[in-house]
Amino acid sequence: MRVGVRTFIEGWPVYRQLTGNDPLGRGAAAQSARSRSLTPRTAEADSVAKSVCPYCAVGCGQRVFVKDGRVTQIEGDPDSPHSRGRLCPKGSASEQLVNGDQRVRTVKYRRPYGTEWEDLDLETAMEMIVDRTIEARRRGWQDADDRGNRLNRTMGIASLGGATLDNEENYLIKKLFTAMGAIQVENQARI
Amino acid sequence: MPGLGASFGRGGATGDLQDLSNADVIVIQGSNMAECHPVGFQWVMEAKARGAKVIHIDPRFTRTSALADSYVPIRSGTDIVLLGAIINRVLTQERDFREYVLAYTNASWLVSEDFEGPEDLDGLFSGFDSDTRSYDTASWQYAGAEEDGDEQEETAESTESESGHAMGAGGASVDHESIRRDETLQDPRTVWQVMKRHFSRYTPEMVQEVCGIPTDLFEEVAEAWITNSGREKTGVLVYSVGWTQRGTGVQYIRAGAILQLLLGNMGRPGGGVMALRGHASIQGSTDIPTLYNLLPGYLQMPHATRHPSLAAYVDAIKGANQKGFWGNADAYTVSLLKAYFGDAATAENDYLFDALPKIDGDHGTYGQVMDMIEGGKIFGYFLLGQNPAVGSANGRAQRLGMANLDWLVVRDLVMIESATFWKDAPEVETGEIVPEQCRTEVFFLPAASHVEKEGTFTQTQRLLQWREKAVNPPGDCRSELWFFYHLGRRMREKLSGSTDPRDRLLLDVTWDYPVHGEEQEPSSADVLREINGYDLTSGELVPGFTALKADGSTSSGCWIYSGVYADDVNQAARRKPGREQSLHAPEWGWAWPMNRRVLYNRASADPEGRPWSERKALVWWDEDAGRWVGDDVPDFEVTKPPSYRPPEGATGVAAIAGDDPFIMQSDGKGWLYAPKGVVDGPLPAHYEPAESPFRNTVYTQQQNPARELYTNHLNQVHPSPPERGSEVFPFVWVTSRLTEHHTAGGMSRYLPYLAELQPALFMEVSPELAALRGLEHLGWAHAVTARAVVEARVLVTDRLAPLRVQDREVHQIWMPYHWGAGGLTTGDVVNDLAHLTLDPNVHIQEFKAGTCDVQPGRRPRGAAVLDLIDAYRVRGGVTMSSGSVAVTAELLHPDGKDRGEQAMAGATGTGTGHRAEDMEKVLSVRHDIRSRPGDPQQHGVPAVVIDDDPDTSLEGS
Ligand code: SF4
Repeated sequence: MRVGVRTFIEGWPVYRQLTGNDPLGRGAAAQSARSRSLTPRTAEADSVAKSVCPYCAVGCGQRVFVKDGRVTQIEGDPDSPHSRGRLCPKGSASEQLVNGDQRVRTVKYRRPYGTEWEDLDLETAMEMIVDRTIEARRRGWQDADDRGNRLNRTMGIASLGGATLDNEENYLIKKLFTAMGAIQVENQARI
Repeated sequence: MPGLGASFGRGGATGDLQDLSNADVIVIQGSNMAECHPVGFQWVMEAKARGAKVIHIDPRFTRTSALADSYVPIRSGTDIVLLGAIINRVLTQERDFREYVLAYTNASWLVSEDFEGPEDLDGLFSGFDSDTRSYDTASWQYAGAEEDGDEQEETAESTESESGHAMGAGGASVDHESIRRDETLQDPRTVWQVMKRHFSRYTPEMVQEVCGIPTDLFEEVAEAWITNSGREKTGVLVYSVGWTQRGTGVQYIRAGAILQLLLGNMGRPGGGVMALRGHASIQGSTDIPTLYNLLPGYLQMPHATRHPSLAAYVDAIKGANQKGFWGNADAYTVSLLKAYFGDAATAENDYLFDALPKIDGDHGTYGQVMDMIEGGKIFGYFLLGQNPAVGSANGRAQRLGMANLDWLVVRDLVMIESATFWKDAPEVETGEIVPEQCRTEVFFLPAASHVEKEGTFTQTQRLLQWREKAVNPPGDCRSELWFFYHLGRRMREKLSGSTDPRDRLLLDVTWDYPVHGEEQEPSSADVLREINGYDLTSGELVPGFTALKADGSTSSGCWIYSGVYADDVNQAARRKPGREQSLHAPEWGWAWPMNRRVLYNRASADPEGRPWSERKALVWWDEDAGRWVGDDVPDFEVTKPPSYRPPEGATGVAAIAGDDPFIMQSDGKGWLYAPKGVVDGPLPAHYEPAESPFRNTVYTQQQNPARELYTNHLNQVHPSPPERGSEVFPFVWVTSRLTEHHTAGGMSRYLPYLAELQPALFMEVSPELAALRGLEHLGWAHAVTARAVVEARVLVTDRLAPLRVQDREVHQIWMPYHWGAGGLTTGDVVNDLAHLTLDPNVHIQEFKAGTCDVQPGRRPRGAAVLDLIDAYRVRGGVTMSSGSVAVTAELLHPDGKDRGEQAMAGATGTGTGHRAEDMEKVLSVRHDIRSRPGDPQQHGVPAVVIDDDPDTSLEGS
């Protein structure tokens, strides 16, 4: 590749640093031809969803960039009054949380006394869980205490979780468990 | 958080993060905010840039300390002594904001003649019963109200205190009309004088002796806090799990609340108590609780004996002659039952209240684990985005409990340790769990991530923020909304023909959520509307909780969230950029209650409704307009003038006077002294942590007498002085978080970026401890307790300095707790070291201070791990009764109850099913899970006795 002298000199970062408006040489002056040709994933996105970081309770605003039905980037939302666009390492890593290989994407089943996971389809798994829930509920049922006070409950089922879930999800969880008489519902607030 | 609830009326952070920038002093205690809430910490730095003084009080020097003006090292577990000494200084030097204190707190209220405190009773409050290990609170009441104590659990089955946690959105009930006052504060029965006496022994010298803080440093902290508070200035207190995860955690918060009230810092810009919560929606999960003792909006879960009817339930919440917004408890309750059961809930059937399941004791997560280990009680277990095998205290007990279930459903993003315990738990290595002999059937159902579903989180400042859905979840991944909707739908279909009254509620519950798309996903917006509530006569959404009625004509799934869908607008989805709004940004998301950002902001104005000072104006009374105005939504009835005085006999909202800023409190005031709502004392007192290498120097009483214990061979507690044996576990261990990992690690250890940033579990030790034990920087060491042994890389650093306490040096070690067997970076489970000793108010375990030994090198492998723990048990004389003493004075008295008898007493599950003589045998930690197809759950596995006659004499005898 032949490059003219002028182009060559202009392509020299120190020249650009001295003549351009980037005297510290950390911005445009240091940019290579390749990085000039790149566009950020955020610019190519089909859509942007307004979201919230799922880790700690600061609740930093996130912008989730989507292209072709896939999340391509997650960034801090500068509009958020309390996070003002910033994310810590965890929030910044949340694109990996969504797209990473660590995610299990199908149902896994370990039969009693089994030594390995097996595959199971979601429909079958749901049916099995429903049957077991109904059965454990019956087995652990208590109508009243020994002095006759009504209990209307089952002790056969317990649940733990909620601090990472949505309010709407916690609402349905508590509503369903209460309706089925399962009182042993707990979450991280106790831990 | 009852510490806040009992003091101010609501259990949430009192202000927003931005408001920190208005503070003149910021005291951060029990929190490493810069590393654990990094983005929130920008507001501390903002305040500092404006000239605020920042003080960090913590056992370990962290990045928070590095950015603070002063760093105060403290011995873990002694915060009440430090705060008590500052309170003492304020009281004796009369440095309080007197007008504020007289107008807005209960300082001038008279306390019952029957009340006696730790000054009189060697560390106990009046009313303690060592047979039940709990307090009768009748003597703690205001003068003339002695009959109104918190009801005690009638059975000896458990010390429980659901009422404690229920203080999330309202203080405890009390009859406001019978209260007597002395505005001169001279009567010895005034709260003021009672406090003065109570805190008199909390001196700078005591701080030095107990906390290890030199007196000049104490002086600096106390003066900075006091002088930066008052009419012209305000200070804020920031705390986090460093406080809540304590055997006396609620009392830490109470101590901070008392000081903030005395200094006039509540309800004002740059003031308040900022509770930093750990998880994205942990505030939300107590507001709309997945907790056994609560219903949505901090309504209590009905109790079998206390709440025999809807009327009794409502009366118990409202109280007799009580002030404040709990006066409308009937409207909140009936509206909830209408949201739950729709047309099936009618006035004639008491809205199905009688059919609700009832609680009658402590049904918390740790009690459940004990039941799983015991067997035959709990058959199935759901884990919803939580990993107790790593994240809960005493992980061994957690895993061994799960190994004795019939079935387990795990819903998570990744294959967490709680799903794989049957093949890779540490107990597989020791031979206690053998996959072929472990019965538990495990279903792993993958969950949708936060961008694959829509919904709201409630973050640390009570702010609900709606997330839009970006993409569909992959494969079988589904939201919890999907899972529970379809679980319920299928159960209802299967039981649809049932006439069994036990199935009635399940068939009556409103469950007709429309579903959408290929996955048949219900709509979160529909659920949020249900939470907001409807006027059932018009079908319109209600504008807020003041519109709720007790006659069945309204519904609301969570009254404190009512208003989140006002005007049929998803208020939580509002996204007006912060830079286009005022500091509090009222049009970004929606905060409960009613979008108020600074709670109790009526107190930012004086009793006449004028700002205390121009500099600290927030909300004030506009006489011409006839309403409260200002920079925030008033946390007060907007047209009630400051001069309003309730007519005689008024109750509820009408009884709130124009100068009662704490509108959820039964007397409208901030509680310096809490006659109700806290079960282990109306004032905070210092007790040593449940495990401590030191004798309590403040009182004879060593530990919180009302703490909750669960003792079996998997969960034994080290002896503390005056019991012999504590020297075997001479060091204090502390755990907390790293910036780069998240709690039990399921969302961080598996990600390449985060695993690379923090690639290994480590243990921070001081150079002095390293020299003492021969530990090498970057080498290996292991920590040993009577529960577990954990190995980690050694980080020798002067960030952890030894402290001088009681004239000897104490070494503290620190470990992050995010590791387990799964993910890209693996390590031992630090929480295995912990014991289950719980705060009696909230049943939260003591995570932050326990004792241990530390030795160089790696830990043993296989069954030798158990041998090592057993050897320590024998040396330390660790038994089922060690560390379980309720009343130290009784132990020391020649005729008093000995350790074994004390352990057998009460309701803590300690002695259940044991004989007193067995309580003093040293048992092996080994617990084999052995089951074959067709076997019932393993029941009552006998532990092996390894020493049947240890030395149980007391120190020095
Ligand atoms: S980005 Fe960091 S500070 Fe912000 S919410 Fe997420 S975890 Fe918390």
